[in-house]
Amino acid sequence: MLRRLLANRSLVIGGTILLLIVLAAIFAPWIAPHDPYAQDLMARNQPPFWYAKGDWAHPFGTDPLGRDYLSRLIYGARIALLIGASVALISGLIGTVMGMLAGYFGGKVDLVVNFLVTTRLSMPVILVALATVAMIGGSLWVVIGVLGFLKWDRFAVVMRSATQQVRSLDYVAAARAAGAGHARILLGEILPNVAPHLIVVATLEAASAILLEAALSFLGLGVQPPLPSWGLMISEAKSYMFFSFWLIAIPGTALAILIFAINLVGDGLHEALSPEGRS
Amino acid sequence: MGHGASGGEIDDWSLELSGLTGYVLKRLGLAILVGLAVSIIAFLLLRLSGDPAIAIAGEGARQADIELIRQTYGFDRPLPVQYASWLGRVLTGDLGESTYFKTATGPLILSKLATTLTLGLTSLLFALAISIPLGVLAAIYRHSWIDRVCLGLAVVGQALPNFFFALLLIMIFSISLRWLPVSGSDSWLNFVMPTIALGYYVAPAFMRLIRAGMVEVLEADYIRTARAKGLPAHVVIFKHALRNAIVPVVALTAVQLGFLLGGSVVIETIFALDGLGYLAYQSITYKDFPVMQVIVLMLSLIYVLLTLASDIANAWLDPRIRVA
Repeated sequence: MLRRLLANRSLVIGGTILLLIVLAAIFAPWIAPHDPYAQDLMARNQPPFWYAKGDWAHPFGTDPLGRDYLSRLIYGARIALLIGASVALISGLIGTVMGMLAGYFGGKVDLVVNFLVTTRLSMPVILVALATVAMIGGSLWVVIGVLGFLKWDRFAVVMRSATQQVRSLDYVAAARAAGAGHARILLGEILPNVAPHLIVVATLEAASAILLEAALSFLGLGVQPPLPSWGLMISEAKSYMFFSFWLIAIPGTALAILIFAINLVGDGLHEALSPEGRS
Repeated sequence: MGHGASGGEIDDWSLELSGLTGYVLKRLGLAILVGLAVSIIAFLLLRLSGDPAIAIAGEGARQADIELIRQTYGFDRPLPVQYASWLGRVLTGDLGESTYFKTATGPLILSKLATTLTLGLTSLLFALAISIPLGVLAAIYRHSWIDRVCLGLAVVGQALPNFFFALLLIMIFSISLRWLPVSGSDSWLNFVMPTIALGYYVAPAFMRLIRAGMVEVLEADYIRTARAKGLPAHVVIFKHALRNAIVPVVALTAVQLGFLLGGSVVIETIFALDGLGYLAYQSITYKDFPVMQVIVLMLSLIYVLLTLASDIANAWLDPRIRVA
């Protein structure tokens, strides 16, 4: 199993990048050269080191309030990862329960879940999230909650069809014949067998949640200042884009690299875990 | 998808038609229920803050003013009554008055609809224009470097946040090269960057689907027959293979159009493109409830209708779907 995972190139490359970002986020206080919130009005808008005027005291320069950009970037990784993981967890829980029940019981339960999924899909996530945040105020936890309660649709769809495939297999019939109850069969027999799909969807949904948070914060209706959310950093740099484009380019690139890594991991897991990809 | 050969006899046809009618009716029923559920959610969304009267009156408003707003808008009535009267008014075309723009909501939204639908359509066409050739190329030269480059492009494309990509476009084409206007909606030039910024993001999904479809179709017997008959490669690929590989794209198109409608909020706001998405952003930041509610409802209903149309089109194209 481990050998098959390690033989997958997307998984190894994506996993390595992701691991580095996770480590940077965990050890942020030790890695970051400065306090990400400390303003230095004498050192505002300093360019990064690859510019002639840049220096290594602030490798990625400083923002318009004189805060060290590299430190904000590193602490921003914490926010992005927290959002991705928590949203995937909440929506994964909701979607998995709905999908497994629909796939296992079929009939009316399936109809109800199908109706809920269709309804959810009809409402653009970003619009509903923006409206909700505008109504109850933006904060890190509100964004996590709102996205968690909006993004369960793909979990439900994938878990439903995965459960349907497993439901009629021999070992489920055997468990039923042995007198196992529905809960026992769902959790003990079906869940372990649909878990690979669950992991793949979770990675892709985490990436999508991070992008959504960035977009919400970019529009000013997500994570609030002074938190160093990457989307918010881009938003704050918008009016300086003409003279200090690095203020946008650095967090934007960081976002792209993180999403790239998570998607690679998702693709790699999909190839390594699905039967078709095993050849 | 051998639907072309069946249906020769009249009996078969009538049977198939009733199957299709049954499917259409069932699907229509679901669409109506979903439409109702969406309207309830759109209505409740704006009650999340607790008291909408306070939100409309603004902070520091006098108690008497709040009370007046509460009575004018009918916020003092029970929620189901408020919902029923709101839905009744919406259904009869009375969409209320914008609290920020001070005009009737209906005409305001209709005046922006064309811009958003144009942007949705151009982005979709842009996405198809890149994804179809790349998907076909990747399938023909499967496992070669061409395939890997196409896949790489898809992975990178999906990783690039659309608002960041939009700012990159502005930096390159407006600020550096001065070819395109940064914002506004006066000419078709204003649509170029929004189209690219919105469309590129859905292209990877189309590309993967077309590649997978082409790979499967190219191995089918009838393609081998066509090749064996000595037909030129481009005829085999475009006339025989692509036509069949493109069927699943129809279903994805509706889903992606929904995504494009949502994405238009971000992209139109960045480029100040005067459509429904930008209006949605404005109404949200100005707490313009009547407009906000109707936009949520409208974008959702557009999606419901699009998926309804595409599901029916799919059932018509592929009889196997009706059974499920």
